[in-house]
Amino acid sequence: MKIKSQKDFFAGLMFLVIGVAFAIGAIDYNIGTGARMGPGYFPLILGVLMSILGIAIGAKGLIVETADGDKIGKWAWKQVFFILAANFAFGILLVGVPALGIPQFGLIVAIYGLVFIASMGGYTFNAKEVAVLATCLAVGSYVAFVWALNLQFPVWPSFITG
Amino acid sequence: MELLDNLALGFGVAFTFQNLIYCFIGCLLGTLIGILPGIGPVATIAMLLPATYALPPVAALIMLAGIYYGAQYGGSTTAILVNLPGESSSVVTVIDGYQMARKGRAGPALAAAGIGSFFAGCVGTIILAAFAPPLTEVAFKFGPAEYFSLMTLGLIGAVVLASGSLLKAIAMIVLGLLFGMVGTDVNSGVARYSFDIPELTDGIDFVVIAMGVFGYGEIIANLSKPEDEREVFTAKVTGLMPTAEDFKRMFPAMLRGTALGSALGILPGGGAMLSAFAAYTIEKKTKLKPGEVPFGQGNIRGVCAPESANNAGSQTSFIPLLTLGIPPNAVMALMVGAMTIHNIQPGPQVMTSNPELFWGLIASMWLGNLMLIILNLPLIGVWIKLLTVPYRWLFPAIVLFCAIGVYGTKNSEFDVWMVGIFGFVGYVFHKLGTEPAPLLLGFILGPMMEENLRRALLLSRGDWSVFVTRPISASFLALAVILLIIVLLPAVKNRREEAFVED
Repeated sequence: MKIKSQKDFFAGLMFLVIGVAFAIGAIDYNIGTGARMGPGYFPLILGVLMSILGIAIGAKGLIVETADGDKIGKWAWKQVFFILAANFAFGILLVGVPALGIPQFGLIVAIYGLVFIASMGGYTFNAKEVAVLATCLAVGSYVAFVWALNLQFPVWPSFITG
Repeated sequence: MELLDNLALGFGVAFTFQNLIYCFIGCLLGTLIGILPGIGPVATIAMLLPATYALPPVAALIMLAGIYYGAQYGGSTTAILVNLPGESSSVVTVIDGYQMARKGRAGPALAAAGIGSFFAGCVGTIILAAFAPPLTEVAFKFGPAEYFSLMTLGLIGAVVLASGSLLKAIAMIVLGLLFGMVGTDVNSGVARYSFDIPELTDGIDFVVIAMGVFGYGEIIANLSKPEDEREVFTAKVTGLMPTAEDFKRMFPAMLRGTALGSALGILPGGGAMLSAFAAYTIEKKTKLKPGEVPFGQGNIRGVCAPESANNAGSQTSFIPLLTLGIPPNAVMALMVGAMTIHNIQPGPQVMTSNPELFWGLIASMWLGNLMLIILNLPLIGVWIKLLTVPYRWLFPAIVLFCAIGVYGTKNSEFDVWMVGIFGFVGYVFHKLGTEPAPLLLGFILGPMMEENLRRALLLSRGDWSVFVTRPISASFLALAVILLIIVLLPAVKNRREEAFVED
């Protein structure tokens, strides 16, 4: 069978898998009855509903003709990687991961890490320009979040401030 | 006059020095971020939400409302000057606004957008103040069955009026409802879908979903497109004032746009974007006066009407939120989240238990609109400069603000891991052509729906027919079904797809 709309077919598949997963999870909890709903009651209904919708959307992707096959297209793995890596690096540098022996580097180092990694996901990468940008953002964030808004961040590396 | 008393109370609250400042900061920040193309109001509000945590609740909501209008308003500036909609509700402003700018009439176009928005904002605020109290009265009569049916209607309405595939949008709502189930069940104390992760027993934070899906997801999607050549009118914008003839043409368009926007804003899923589309369509149907520029080539009515409509719509979309506690669109869903952070449960009780907050917020909406017109027209030069900032500088900054915002919400690094995951999820949604806004609505409404369903069924001893035997509940459900049927009618279906084709 030919897939007529890739987007619809895979979206349907995704919804079906998620729906089934939630429904199976719900069975583990007490379902209860309508008058005395257990914690599993509403999630089970939703999970089943979601699976049905998933099947319907997937079926539509197989049956309804589209002009260009409604292709999903190439995945932008490079951008996905750098943006998400920047985010995770920020978290790791900000508070450290004691289990892996990574110390806490604090906000300022984390900002440099995030900006450099994120920028690698862009069209062009110019280290000097990115350094200037990171510095501006570090100073700005310090003033706005730590100084003005008084949000509680570890600012400097723990091995310096002790 | 009770209305005047209430408004007086509201202005008393809003006119304190502190609240005026927050309103101003909100408008300024909102415009600043809203002007940047590719960041919609949802991402803007999510990003700036942490900035309001430390404030008292009234000030925080005033600032958020300011951010929302600012973002809305900034979007139209981008639309006119760069030919890129700053956010989805200015998609139609692009068509005539940019053409006006190309003909050297950027000034009058900006002024038309500004004046139209301000006028619509004033009318919207009055409508909100006048209709909120009677609606609240009605809302107090609702039982759990009515609320459950109303939320169902709200969710169905939201997807029916939104763009894209109906089935997928409904699936996204259900997915949002399911995400809302994660965390400890309030009745049994069972931690659902938490996989023994202690942070998950509190549920997923809505900031995480909003920033991940709308912030990171959009950035990845933007970056994967080829770099676009932006043509910015950095040349001096001269002559802001529209001519007398412009005014004559603008005025009826402004009235029509405002009326339409106010009405559509109240509907679930309505709000800014739909209003703008509808207003433009109506203007296009009217006859051109002799000597008038055709639509699509820089007609001032094509700027003024949608801008009036989207501002009126964003104003009146506060009505269901403030009176019923039910957010009609994704932006209002974020406002619910913001209110909950400040320990305010949105709903009819806000007006009686927190009148300062309620009327203060309404009064500050008007003030916010006033500030925007003062802020935007004279400062247009500054905003134009901002438009020349290249995207390669912007996106790392946005990633940073999202990351800081997420961590700052609860000082929890776990949320930073979660936002990364949702960023990927957001990109998957983008690739599969599923619109994320209904997800956020479902997520916010999930726990409320479950609670009302539970109570309704408890009262009826497990009898599901309670939803159709109670007249108000039955009419809500009937309305939802009628909406679905209307949209599925082939004639309407084609028109609907056509109407959103410019998306």
